Amino acid sequence: MKRAFPILGILTAILLSYALYQALVGAPTEQTMGDVQRIFYYHVPSAWTAFILFFVNFGASIFYLIKRKPAADIVALVSAEVGVVFCTVVLVTGPIWARPVWGIWWTWDMRLTSTLVLWLIYVSYLFLRRFSSSGQTPTLAAALAVLGALCVPFVYFSIWFFRTQHPQPVMGGGGSIDPRMLHVLLINWLAFSCFAFLVCWSRYRLESLQREVDQAHALESLMDPRGSMR
Amino acid sequence: MRNGYLFAAYAATWIIHIAYLGTIVRRYSRLKREIEDLKKPRVRS
Repeated sequence: MKRAFPILGILTAILLSYALYQALVGAPTEQTMGDVQRIFYYHVPSAWTAFILFFVNFGASIFYLIKRKPAADIVALVSAEVGVVFCTVVLVTGPIWARPVWGIWWTWDMRLTSTLVLWLIYVSYLFLRRFSSSGQTPTLAAALAVLGALCVPFVYFSIWFFRTQHPQPVMGGGGSIDPRMLHVLLINWLAFSCFAFLVCWSRYRLESLQREVDQAHALESLMDPRGSMR
Repeated sequence: MRNGYLFAAYAATWIIHIAYLGTIVRRYSRLKREIEDLKKPRVRS
């Protein structure tokens, strides 16, 4: 298990480098947008990875609410945190693509606004985890996570339900994509998913260790100098 | 100029990820210090 992490880390670094090369060099240049379209190879996989992490957060939160297992609470926290990082990438790369293509950085379009709201929900979740010291925090956070996850399908399908400036979804959207572009997109998604998994793993270990240390501190404060309980 | 947007988007992505990884590393080092402190024998009044 100890060896698996560095091996996976090296493999992920190789995969990310290959994915970057494919995105910048391997993929064909789009006719109307030119090279700016290549932002899509980072923007879309980041969005998919964030959605998956928010669903993991949802599953772990439901599990925590039913079984009250601390491990489920840690998985929920970690997936929300890493999901927010990927969602931030989406909200930053989107406007950078929109400026040369649409001529504006941002518009209060349904897809963009709902993504921002989704990001704000999970940022509030993290603030709740960070600043509330009540014993009920994991339960409250799990309830918030369940509500937040309901937003994910709304964000994804908002393009279908509302008139929007945002391009149609690549998967199941009825649009067509060059197979070489799809191939590069999927490689980048795989690379970012592996990267997200590694970051979550590392963050999970950190959080578990942090909780053990907090317990040791609590126990220490209850012990007298001879090592017996007060 | 349009390539500038491409560079900005890719750079921003990696800056965000590296900044987050930096917070994890910082938290690990703080935790390591806390563990070292816990291992030290205590003198109590």
